[in-house]
Amino acid sequence: MAEVPVNTARRRFLTGSAVAVGAVGAGFATVPFLSSFEPSARAEAAGAPVDVTVGKLAAGQMVTVAWRGQPIYVVHRTPKMIETLPSLDAQLADPNSQVASQQPKFADNFYRSRKQEFLVLIGVCTHLGCAPTYRPEVAPKDLGSEWIGGFFCPCHGSKFDLAGRVYKGVPAPTNLYVPDYIFASDDLIRIGVAEKQA
Amino acid sequence: MIQKLGKWVDDRLPVSHFWNAHLAKYYVPKNFNFWYYFGSILLAVFAIQIVTGIWLAMNYKPSAADAFNSVEYIMRDVNWGWLIRYMHSTGASFFFIAIYLHMFRALMYGSYKKPRELIWIFGVLILVALMAEAFMGYLLPWGQMSFWGAQVIISLFGSIPFIGPDLALWIRGDYVVSDVTLNRFFALHVIALPLVLLFLIGGHIMALHEVGSNNPDGVDIKTNKDEHGKPLDGIPFHPYYTVKDLFGLGVFLFLFAAVIFYWPDGGGKFLEAPNFIPADPLKTPEHIAPVWYFAPHYAILRAIPDKFLGVLAMGSAIMILFFLPWIDRSPTKSIRYRSLAFKIILFSFVIAFIGLGYLGTQPVNYWTTLFSQIFAFVYFGFFVALFLVSRFEHAKPVPERLT
Amino acid sequence: MMKVIVFLFINVLGISLVFASEGGAIPLKHVSINLDDKAALYRGAQTFIAQCATCHTAQYMRYGRVASDLHLSSAQANSLLPPHLKLGDEMVSFMPADYAKSVFGTVPPDLTLIARVRGADWLYTYLTSFYADPTKRWGVNNAVFPGVNMPDVFAALQGVQEPVYQSVKLPDGSSEQRLVGLKAPLIAGNMPPAEFDTLVRDLVAYMVYMGEPAKLQRMSYGPYVLAFILLFTVLMFLLKIDYWRDIKKPVKPE
Repeated sequence: MAEVPVNTARRRFLTGSAVAVGAVGAGFATVPFLSSFEPSARAEAAGAPVDVTVGKLAAGQMVTVAWRGQPIYVVHRTPKMIETLPSLDAQLADPNSQVASQQPKFADNFYRSRKQEFLVLIGVCTHLGCAPTYRPEVAPKDLGSEWIGGFFCPCHGSKFDLAGRVYKGVPAPTNLYVPDYIFASDDLIRIGVAEKQA
Repeated sequence: MIQKLGKWVDDRLPVSHFWNAHLAKYYVPKNFNFWYYFGSILLAVFAIQIVTGIWLAMNYKPSAADAFNSVEYIMRDVNWGWLIRYMHSTGASFFFIAIYLHMFRALMYGSYKKPRELIWIFGVLILVALMAEAFMGYLLPWGQMSFWGAQVIISLFGSIPFIGPDLALWIRGDYVVSDVTLNRFFALHVIALPLVLLFLIGGHIMALHEVGSNNPDGVDIKTNKDEHGKPLDGIPFHPYYTVKDLFGLGVFLFLFAAVIFYWPDGGGKFLEAPNFIPADPLKTPEHIAPVWYFAPHYAILRAIPDKFLGVLAMGSAIMILFFLPWIDRSPTKSIRYRSLAFKIILFSFVIAFIGLGYLGTQPVNYWTTLFSQIFAFVYFGFFVALFLVSRFEHAKPVPERLT
Repeated sequence: MMKVIVFLFINVLGISLVFASEGGAIPLKHVSINLDDKAALYRGAQTFIAQCATCHTAQYMRYGRVASDLHLSSAQANSLLPPHLKLGDEMVSFMPADYAKSVFGTVPPDLTLIARVRGADWLYTYLTSFYADPTKRWGVNNAVFPGVNMPDVFAALQGVQEPVYQSVKLPDGSSEQRLVGLKAPLIAGNMPPAEFDTLVRDLVAYMVYMGEPAKLQRMSYGPYVLAFILLFTVLMFLLKIDYWRDIKKPVKPE
């Protein structure tokens, strides 16, 4: 059929560039569709930082608030609780919080919080997402005489200590997640903010 | 490895057979002009509507209480929601622009004539399904125009003798257009009618590929074959028409994007101003006009003083299209070789259609009614005249080969 | 060719006016809106919140969206924000709906989309066309929205304009006083007319922005999208020309 000799190099170049531009265009076109799956402005507004007043939270008590649809545990630890934390190191999977994804930089310490007495955790088990229960009592019947207080996940029996650190040999692979938070004032914790705004 | 996998699949699925039968060895007349771009453009618009529609359905809430709010939620709060919504709303209008031009092409070149009657009938069915699809989709934003437009159109069914009132009630599922109506229109709009359209489009293309495309000369390329049985005036669809149609698609996308980014309300025609007020069953907007693509039919309806006869006329305006292959009795297909009489009546028909489209959006007064009646007469007159003209037509001789 | 046809198609169908003014006595005044003037939009937002949001809602507009779209500093953003609300919140009215109902007899309409319904020119004319009419509930009437059930919130700034009536003979022989124009207030407002005009223009610009915040985005992405599609189209055109060199020109019939 070809009467005029075909310039194959030219044709190949044009085909190549057309395919490339078309592919890039198709790539661009997917961006809005994928990006629309991201949280909307409404979801972001609903996920705005939450304030928790801890001034009246008695030592040893826990309060749960909702932030971005997840339970946030705020525990006022007693000095006794803090003292016993290091003694558990040998039984824990990650006593020194090596897994960086599980806490912001400021909680990279044995008590995993900004202030020793206040623990803030996302109450979602790192195994399959159940909400662990707060079990501060020492040596209860169901958890055995070794138990010195912590979190117990009723779904599959994962155990965490009072800094949200996971025990060895339980289904949960990592420590409980510590969210970003700041102390807006001495007794006001603001959850969902990384740094104090200037 | 990839070749092996390809062969493995091909032995089990007719991939290469399909590729050859419909693209690489599917022979198409080589003289397609501008008017032949719209088929592939319509396919692209259909795809765009399906994809954007799926994405809209992810955030849209089909209830009278939430529908309007959820559309604004899409427009403001969802990332890129405005783009997806404008693509869908602009796509609806472009769908009709393209389908009307595509049908005009068929009229000009006699593409509905033997042996392509079924292609044409599938095409008209697609038009009817698309109108239903668009009508139901227009209710979903739940604005004033959505509500009152649906109210008016559904009450038209009420004018049918005997069964009318019960039929209108059955369509609405309530005594007014309500939450129930919205919910069922949503189901039909997002699932039922798109499926119907998909099957009809499949039928349309299968029928087309069975007999092959017509062309601006109206000469059948299958009558002139070379020794291998390949049409002399035919060229394989791929690569020649794939590159050509992709170029056409590029031009189309440019216009489409220009409207989406700079003119999404189409001067109040693609998105109507009163539709930014939430539906209020107690307050009719001052001037209810249908969306532009229904305006020609609406103008025919209003041209007739009797309600039921008006509905009948509006319905016939579409139904008569089904009979076009038998109304036109001339064996000559293309307008290029047809008589001056045919050209005149076709031109009048187009003028009447556009005129009706304009009048259908205007408030009623003496003049709009008068002109609507004249144009409606011309609209139907076209088919009568065609029936007569085509019987006695002195067509120019049609060449043997494409020119 | 296609461009021309599509253009004609749309235009023939689209000549009619978007929104006819409903029985207004004076023609609409034109206002040009520049959404790039972020300072004007910010002044408009301040006016909107101070003057309109006391009774009306803008329930689809979030304060935070205004702040980010208009590039406001956090101090500017907080100056728009009522004390009990957060940036992520929508602009709800300060007036409880049942109280509004008892005062106005109806809940004032939401204004988020009003610019898309009425258009900028109408809003501008409406906001500047209140005039004294003692027969009405609020002592004022409006030249483009006769009988509107809203007080003239700008009376202190603009002063109250006086109506100009003309006697019109009706077909049945009687005559009727008809509004034909407005004249300057008897007591001037406490804002110079030029300054008041800017205030209203800024307010209208803000309301146009609020009706469709996405317009800022589509205007900024538009050129890139079009340029990219154009590039693709040109490439396809060249490719099409190249492939179609294979095809013999049709034989001309003798």
